[in-house]
Amino acid sequence: MCGIVGIYLKSKKFEKSLGEMLSKMLVSMESRGPDSAGFAIYNSDKNKIYKYSICLNEMSFEKFKKEIKKKLNFTNIEKNSDHIILKSIEKPNKILPILESFVEISLVGYGKSIEIFKQVGSPSNVVKKFNLDNFSGTHAIGHTRMATESAITTNGSHPYSTGEDECLVHNGSLSNHNNLRRKLKKNGSIFNSDNDTEVAAGYISDSLKKRNLKQTLNKGLSDLDGFYTFIAGTHSGFAVLRDEIACKPAVIAETKDYVAISSEFQAMAHLPNVNNAKIFEPEPGIVYSWEK
Amino acid sequence: MILDLKKLKLRSVNEKLQNIDRKKNKRDFVISNPEGNHAICAGLTENIDVTIKGHVGYYCAGMNQNANIIVDGNVGTGVAENMMSGKVHVKGNASQSAGATAHGGTLIIDGDASSRCGISMKGIDIIVKGSVGHMSAFMAQSGNLVVCGNAGEALGDSLYETDIYVKGKVKSLGADCEEKKMSKKHKTKLKELLKKAGSNIKPEQFKRYGSARKLYNFNIDNVSNY
Repeated sequence: MCGIVGIYLKSKKFEKSLGEMLSKMLVSMESRGPDSAGFAIYNSDKNKIYKYSICLNEMSFEKFKKEIKKKLNFTNIEKNSDHIILKSIEKPNKILPILESFVEISLVGYGKSIEIFKQVGSPSNVVKKFNLDNFSGTHAIGHTRMATESAITTNGSHPYSTGEDECLVHNGSLSNHNNLRRKLKKNGSIFNSDNDTEVAAGYISDSLKKRNLKQTLNKGLSDLDGFYTFIAGTHSGFAVLRDEIACKPAVIAETKDYVAISSEFQAMAHLPNVNNAKIFEPEPGIVYSWEK
Repeated sequence: MILDLKKLKLRSVNEKLQNIDRKKNKRDFVISNPEGNHAICAGLTENIDVTIKGHVGYYCAGMNQNANIIVDGNVGTGVAENMMSGKVHVKGNASQSAGATAHGGTLIIDGDASSRCGISMKGIDIIVKGSVGHMSAFMAQSGNLVVCGNAGEALGDSLYETDIYVKGKVKSLGADCEEKKMSKKHKTKLKELLKKAGSNIKPEQFKRYGSARKLYNFNIDNVSNY
């Protein structure tokens, strides 16, 4: 069991309260996933600045700041609990190798619009710790984890990001992830955990080089074996897919202002005007996507 | 009597409805602000009327006996699962496994029901005014499943003695499920069921499906069908 949630805003009306909306959704999915929680939130990508979301783990903020200044001239670092957002105009091909030289830290995601925070602990503690209520944005995805197949660690928490402005949350389990990981590694993908969802995220990133998100997930139906409800995010929106047997739940609520998805309706009961929303279950094996 | 789930705990609401004092004769209840909670109205035993105003979570009206429960909204997984008697009326859509394993009573769904509707049903009558998803009436043993819309893949897989009536298209039939002749007896029964659900669709517009009875006992010749 795990809980997954997502909100895509169709109008600007709720941009300022996106964090608060997602935060309540995550907390109400605590019963489905008490081990760890995480969220990815997308904010406008008009400027050219890249944001690198990093979990410092055991490294102190001061030490990181000192070390990174030796390697980068211009940086802007925002601290949020044990995570930092490093902002730089430098492109990922320059920054990623530098960050890799810091063995203590975990890069949890990067891009022009995405910010990712994830940590072990109950969802209510995690959202409080990162002050999710104060975030604004255009769309967001979250996850509460009940660990089944790999350890309860930051690297074992969702969302997984394996490409620029990409992320994935997953309720379920994959059975062919080891084979798929080997195949993707040969093509140059890098994985930081033994987790099955990270493999699915890597698969999506690899496929997005050649296809759009909808085509990618349609192809995933034949390449990814197992149980899943996925929410995959990109800078322009997100898509939802359930496996064809549909063992893992999902419900969607759509109004003129937003689309919300969650594992159970109770996670959406607090959303504005939800009782007048169009509420439906995504059908198995069909890709639903909302993009700008 | 209004029971507001924003003010009262779910457990206290269920306890109240499960322990009705017949002498006081309160028979009408409204539950407000259900907010997707699970197991609302589970285990009721008395002949009372309960209307739930809003969407509910899993196992709503599970194990129901005698009570008449109306949900003015959508229901999650397993509505009226293992119902024994009484009536559950869902005005919106139902998630998977609606009416699962239920022995009796009537379940009416005005919208669609998703996969596995009536899985292992054992005597309940289910009337769905919309469509049902894949694997509906899987291993269904007795009772009736009426679908006014379409049915998904593998309808009635490994079916025993449930009668299935579908007005629309059936995507595919499951193992050992076949189309059956609609006799006068079946038309009368179907008319009665549709009337219960307030529908005046003519029974002639439906097709009946039932068990081919080839998989009741293991037979090596049928091994590929299991």
